[in-house]
Amino acid sequence: MVPEALFLSAVLFTIGVVGVLTRRNVIIVFMCVELMLNAVNLAFVALSRLHGMGGQVFVLFVISVAAAEAAVGLAIIIAIFRHHQSVDLQHINLLKG
Amino acid sequence: MLQHALAGTGAHPLAGTAARFLWLLPLLPLAGFVINGLISLLSAYRRGPADPSHPSDAAHGAAHGHEGIESDAHPEAHDTPSAHPAAWLVSLIGPLAVGLAFVLAVVIFVAMRSAGADALHTPFVQRYGSWMPVGDLQVDWAFQLDQLSMLMVLVITGVGTLIHIFSVGYMKEDPGYPRYFAYLNLFVVFMLLLVLGANYPVLFIGWEGVGLCSYLLIGFWFEDKANADAGKKAFIVNRIGDFGFLIAMFLLFANLGTLDFTGVAARAGALVPGGAVVTAICLFLFLGCTGKSAQIPLYIWLPDAMAGPTPVSALIHAATMVTAGVYLVARSSFLFAMAPVASLTVAVVGAVTAIFAASIGLKQWDIKKVLAYSTVSQLGYMFIGVGVGAYVAGMFHLVTHAFFKALLFLGSGSVIYAMHAAYHHTHRHDDAQDMRNMGGLRRYLPVTWILMWIATLAIAGIPPFAGFFSKDEILGSAFARAQGSTLADAHWLGLSGSTVLYGVYALGLAGALITAIYMTRMMLYTFHGPNRTGEAERSHLREAPWSMTGPLVALGILSIMGGWLNVPELLHRVVPIGPTTALERWLEPVVGGATASIAGAAEGAGATHTEAMLILVAIAVAVAGIVIAIVALSPARLRPKAESPESHGFGRVLEHKYYVDEAYDAAVIQPVVQGSRFVLWRFIDAGIIDGLFVNGSAVAARIGARIGSWVQSGQVGTYAWAIVVGVLAVLGAFTLR
Repeated sequence: MVPEALFLSAVLFTIGVVGVLTRRNVIIVFMCVELMLNAVNLAFVALSRLHGMGGQVFVLFVISVAAAEAAVGLAIIIAIFRHHQSVDLQHINLLKG
Repeated sequence: MLQHALAGTGAHPLAGTAARFLWLLPLLPLAGFVINGLISLLSAYRRGPADPSHPSDAAHGAAHGHEGIESDAHPEAHDTPSAHPAAWLVSLIGPLAVGLAFVLAVVIFVAMRSAGADALHTPFVQRYGSWMPVGDLQVDWAFQLDQLSMLMVLVITGVGTLIHIFSVGYMKEDPGYPRYFAYLNLFVVFMLLLVLGANYPVLFIGWEGVGLCSYLLIGFWFEDKANADAGKKAFIVNRIGDFGFLIAMFLLFANLGTLDFTGVAARAGALVPGGAVVTAICLFLFLGCTGKSAQIPLYIWLPDAMAGPTPVSALIHAATMVTAGVYLVARSSFLFAMAPVASLTVAVVGAVTAIFAASIGLKQWDIKKVLAYSTVSQLGYMFIGVGVGAYVAGMFHLVTHAFFKALLFLGSGSVIYAMHAAYHHTHRHDDAQDMRNMGGLRRYLPVTWILMWIATLAIAGIPPFAGFFSKDEILGSAFARAQGSTLADAHWLGLSGSTVLYGVYALGLAGALITAIYMTRMMLYTFHGPNRTGEAERSHLREAPWSMTGPLVALGILSIMGGWLNVPELLHRVVPIGPTTALERWLEPVVGGATASIAGAAEGAGATHTEAMLILVAIAVAVAGIVIAIVALSPARLRPKAESPESHGFGRVLEHKYYVDEAYDAAVIQPVVQGSRFVLWRFIDAGIIDGLFVNGSAVAARIGARIGSWVQSGQVGTYAWAIVVGVLAVLGAFTLR
């Protein structure tokens, strides 16, 4: 049971990473980040069967932090969209040195 | 503080006499230097850098600037008759400081005489403190009084006093009057250090110090670039010689472990006579002498040194400083006696310099240039003397030369003074030192005329004037050494020493002939024939004031009688003037041993008729030179400088001093300048240091920044890629480990 869960977690995480790296729409990148978080949550839950309850407690923390992060992240995306009229990552390079 | 470091058990005969005030000798002129220097500094502060009392400088520069290095300074160029406010004080202190030193020197001399100078075979050494106590190297601040240093002290302070007095009249109008006397006093301090030092390092301090004062006084009128350049030339050329002196000191210490004169003399026996070490020491010492005493190949600075005020030329560049090399060889006579090859080198260089410089003197028009080359030539004679092991003869010529050459220079100063005063009256800017602009001055400067003739006869070698005795003794010694001595038995560059010495004698004799010719030429062109100064100037030609002619008269008497110091016995039998061989007996304790070891049994055994013949030949040559000059030269045909035609042929070569300056320029100066410009400056400094190190590090930083800024693209995706690649790399590293 646990190996299958970890395998699924790894697949989900990889999908998330590939999405973050390849997609140019910020919304989708953001969703991929959420996907990576939940892949990690799944791994925590699966491993808590072997190592005690600590993993499940941690998942609750991650979910709550992810909710806060989603609120802030979406707000930022809206602000960027108002500013740029676009949510394409190619046009967002304010960090250029 | 005064400790007597005397070898032996008993106290030195001079201890407790006036000789214990030896330290006061340099201190007196030092006091003069301090006071005059303070006056100079204080007045410089008050007047400020831009001196409004100096309006004629621009005109002077314009009048003479085009002549370049050939142009000598014209002391009276500073037309402003605004004497310094403290001039009276300077006039008092400057000559008094040196005069008191002379009085003290005479007192010490009397003490030496009454102590029985002939019996003083060990020098009187006074130690004032330790200077360099470094392991085996023990160098003290110490003075040494012996017959040789006493002779030099008397000449330096005696002639120095006369020249100081002359300077009062000559330099009084100059705005830099206190500065001038400060330098001149400082020079006497260092010159006394040079001759009183009891070891080579103290001598070297004096040696460098007089070089410094020479530099300061050559460039005294530094507003003219040519004068400043002449000072630099003297300083730089002397550095080459000083390098040799330093090497010689290192060799002495490495081989003998001491630098005291007494110590070196005592341990010199450890060196192999005629060996490589002692020869190298002597040759390096002599390299120092060629610099300071203006011998080939380093003589080139002395003619340019005439850019300084004329009394400076008389004191530093004729009478005292330039003879320091002769003193050094005489002081190291025990070393040179052990190195025949080095001694022969000294004699040959002296002989070649003597005739070479004399021939240049034949075609010079500047009165001071004639005297400058004459000085180089006469220094050559002194080196013939000390080179052939006739140390007394060399020192004798040093003394007589100090008298008559100081007289000639001061006489020329008197002439230039009169010429310039006349030009000043008529506001004319012309060369006051060119003999073509003079002529017939005997009617206007009778005292100077007579005195300069005395000096001319002295330098030409006419008896009974001073130069005859000393020059005859030098040439006679060269001839006698050729007949039998350790030098004659040695070999020099494959030639037998005897051949070399006969050659030296022949060159010396030829040089004596040329000396008589160029000196008579100078006298004829300056004082005889028609006057070429111009109508308006003629009426303003005046004899200098007594403060200037007085020292001339004193030097004139010395130029007549100076030679009687050392009359050879043969002549004494004919004309009993003065004591026989007084100087020889006086210097016997110092240089007698070295002279005897070179001369061997031949000394004193010279046939009387040979000696008589040599004397007659010397007189004949001198008379012939004067007659040739009078017959061959016609002052009446001479034109003023501006109208004179260019000379041609060999005369042109002589007038351009054999193009030696040009040759040195091409062989030494240009390679250094071009090497500095293209290798050191353009390649190493501009290319490697500026280009590679300074700009290169900036370029490296810029390139690094470019890369960094390109990485910071602002594309979050790229960052994400970088993070993922990094994570994978870390994971890979952990898993593959």
